Amino acid sequence: MKTDNFISIETFCYNYQVEFSFIHTLNEYGLVEITTIDEEEFLPKEKINEVEKMIRLHHELGINMEGIDVIHNLLIRLSILQNEINRLKNRINFYEE
Amino acid sequence: MAFIDYYKILDVNITASEKDIKKAYRKLARKYHPDVNPKDDSAKKKFQQINEANEVLSDPIKRKKYDQYGKDWEHAEAFEQAKKQQQGQRRRTGYQQSSSEDFSDHDFSDFFESMFGRARTSGGTGSSTKFKGQDYNAELHLNLTDVYKTHKQVVKVNGKNIRITIPAGIENKQTIKISGHGGQGINSGPNGDLLITFNIKNNTNFKRDGNNLHTIVNLDFYTAILGGEITVNTIEGKVKLKIKPETENGTKVKLKGKGFPVYKKEDQFGDLFIQYQIKIPSNLSSKEKELFEELAKISRK
Repeated sequence: MKTDNFISIETFCYNYQVEFSFIHTLNEYGLVEITTIDEEEFLPKEKINEVEKMIRLHHELGINMEGIDVIHNLLIRLSILQNEINRLKNRINFYEE
Repeated sequence: MAFIDYYKILDVNITASEKDIKKAYRKLARKYHPDVNPKDDSAKKKFQQINEANEVLSDPIKRKKYDQYGKDWEHAEAFEQAKKQQQGQRRRTGYQQSSSEDFSDHDFSDFFESMFGRARTSGGTGSSTKFKGQDYNAELHLNLTDVYKTHKQVVKVNGKNIRITIPAGIENKQTIKISGHGGQGINSGPNGDLLITFNIKNNTNFKRDGNNLHTIVNLDFYTAILGGEITVNTIEGKVKLKIKPETENGTKVKLKGKGFPVYKKEDQFGDLFIQYQIKIPSNLSSKEKELFEELAKISRK
């Protein structure tokens, strides 16, 4: 398996100054998926933004894992609703134009 | 430049203790943090104000200076300079600021900077050393006809020209992500992404509803009654349509596949809905009137 689309947890933790245990706890809560390649653990690169956000929520706002999980799910719902609002706004334009 | 009431921003009394200020700051930060208010500029602005207020009120030296000069802040620097010269002391200010993906490095107000100097980000709360580059947000204004076909376009973001592919059928206010075209990663981290939101102006006579297009076509009275053939405009060109005799006003017909392209589904199109609006003849000649009267007589029999 190629590692191009992954970042090693070691590199990630070094750069973000977080403990390995933090990433493992996120994994235990199902918030991030860890992939093991040749006995080394990796995160998908596309998930870096999300994990960055979780680190901020934890460190800057003192939110625990359960809270991060709730916020994460609510933000996904918020994004879906925002898309729905855009779709409905476009439909309103259809009647107002 | 106006005076900023930091106590009011944190909703605390001027006599508030350090603990009260910390508590008020945390409560407001949880409410307005950009990560829990995505794409909300007013929350972002409020969060910046809260940070600035906390920066001043949580630091005893800054708070003292702020309390001492208050609304006379404009003279604060002059007083401070004079004091420095007298006492031969140097004042050192430490800056810290909460970080977030939507935050730039200099988010403090002119008021703050004139009183305390230029703000620097030092990763204040000690959380996120940047690694992945910053995501850039951009808006692109296009006409509806521009997004009828997939095309490539060069957009300028932060002085750099980026050639992007705009897929046909993109919706108004839709955002697409161009991976790796955001800010440069740090310590060999991946680049950020470029997020482009499309503002699509309808420059056609068609109304768009998702992938379907709607239009009204005027039909002359005689063709509506007797039937015939007309030519109508679609978004791609003209088509001939047969009109059934005795077509009623408001009749709708569907032209399958003549609507708008379906986003990221090649060769799939929505439909075009045409509604007929029958034009009643006007300025009738005496001969025409006579014939209509005759018709009326026949129909009343």
